[in-house]
Amino acid sequence: MKLLRAHNLSKSFGGVQAVQDVDFDLEQGEIRAIIGANGAGKTTFVSLLSGRITATAGTIEFRGQDITDLPIHKRVRKGIAYTFQITSIFPNLTVLENAAIAAQNRFHASPATIPTDGHPDIYRNANAALQQVGITALQDEPAGAIAYGHQRLLEVAMGLALNPLLLIFDEPTQGLSDAEIQDFCKLVKQINQSTTVLLIEHNMSVVMSLAHRITVFDRGQVLAQGSPDQIRNNANVQAAYLG
Amino acid sequence: MTPAKINSGNSRKIISLHLAVIVILFLLQFVLPEYHHLTMTRIMILAIFAMGYNVLFGYTGLLSLGHAMFFGAGLYGAGLTAYHLGWSVPLAFASGIIAGALLSLLVGCIALRTTGVAFMIVTMMLAQVAYLATLYFTRYTRGDEGLVLSQASRSFEFFGATVDLTNPSTRYNLSLALLGITMSIIYRLVRGKTGRALVAIRENEPRAQMLGYNTFAIKLKALLVSGTLSATAGATFALLFAYIGSSFTTIQYSIDALLFTLLGGPGTVLGPALGTFLMFYLVDIASQYTTAYLLVTGLALIFLVLYFPKGILGTIKHRWLPWLP
Repeated sequence: MKLLRAHNLSKSFGGVQAVQDVDFDLEQGEIRAIIGANGAGKTTFVSLLSGRITATAGTIEFRGQDITDLPIHKRVRKGIAYTFQITSIFPNLTVLENAAIAAQNRFHASPATIPTDGHPDIYRNANAALQQVGITALQDEPAGAIAYGHQRLLEVAMGLALNPLLLIFDEPTQGLSDAEIQDFCKLVKQINQSTTVLLIEHNMSVVMSLAHRITVFDRGQVLAQGSPDQIRNNANVQAAYLG
Repeated sequence: MTPAKINSGNSRKIISLHLAVIVILFLLQFVLPEYHHLTMTRIMILAIFAMGYNVLFGYTGLLSLGHAMFFGAGLYGAGLTAYHLGWSVPLAFASGIIAGALLSLLVGCIALRTTGVAFMIVTMMLAQVAYLATLYFTRYTRGDEGLVLSQASRSFEFFGATVDLTNPSTRYNLSLALLGITMSIIYRLVRGKTGRALVAIRENEPRAQMLGYNTFAIKLKALLVSGTLSATAGATFALLFAYIGSSFTTIQYSIDALLFTLLGGPGTVLGPALGTFLMFYLVDIASQYTTAYLLVTGLALIFLVLYFPKGILGTIKHRWLPWLP
């Protein structure tokens, strides 16, 4: 089943065509990687999906519903979560409170499951998210004071606390050590058991080990799409990107 | 211990603390000399103003330089209807509060398109418009000279009893009751889901949006609560002290609300009330010795910024009592 579908999606900034006529769809349950050189339009493209910027032309459908004109917060509540390329947390609040801010807006498939007085639920879900990424021990620390690798994990936990159907990662392994990257890959596989994952990633070994399918961007357009093997052997991709 | 238990334990402490403040204020009236009795009445009303201001500044992170216009909306909303239309005290009071709520929504729709310094400038500008309007419509407001409510318009029937607002004790206890109500409104607001949303916006608005918060709507709600509470203080002031003048809508009053909040501790429920009390008495005492009392407050503020940048209760909360709301 198609979870998300973009049709003829375009975005221009003045004279610069950052994303041009992109057709893109995402199967429910897959891990998709988007790769491409710097400036290829990857971040612009996922920003269009998450609603951080609005499209110049084209449409986006999520679970069969047109979401092209929906503001960010409504897309989040429909189940699209986004984690930032540059860690964006609430540095003055505790780790638990960071996760609670997300858990408060948790995605609910049916209105009947939304708690009316949700305080205990909010903290229970926030705790569960922290536990899933393994930073429960830090829950009372101010988020700004924990190590960078832990902040990245908190960023992921905030995404998880939203209980999303689609979790978008923008360069999640940037700045992490090799050991942290390995743990992160395990975490993504575990998250994928219940959530569709879309990630922009430069680290090719991460991409090759995680992605079910890969989309290659080049100058605002889709250059190629396919399984890791197909992409590795694609002559166009080799010429333009992999070298 | 589960988080729910931690919360309920703290709730008891928090509610006891706030009740203790109310009880102390209630008992104070029996020992205070006349002058301080009156001063405390004024302080409690201004504390409501500052606490309202704090909802927007301390919890939501929006620094307004125009809150005097909301105080003014309450003052004139109550004062003009009582003076010109002869409305009874409860009706005039309600009219002041409604005027404040309407003005808050209007100002919110305009000013919340901006943030940071631009928000400060837009609110200051709109407040200046409000101040000039009170001078322009001098036929109704008598501008700087102001209006004085008649003795007759200052009492009303309440369940068969006559409430006389010229009676100092009545004024004191009404102000105290309103202060208590304000405290509980703000406490409920900041402890709940809305409070968490406000703090999320204060700390990192783009991230809050990305976590599913409609930040514009939440900020508008904060401004509505903040402006309406400020207007409630203004309406109370008009009806209790019977004087309605332009001077209450000047920038001086907007800045006072900011200073009271900064001194007591932005983002704490009781901070602005404490700040109002201390600043009021600081000015009062300093002006007995020198005409340059503003110099004293200036020095106090420099000291504050250097050693207590989070304000008095803010610092106490940060260092010793993290459970303070």
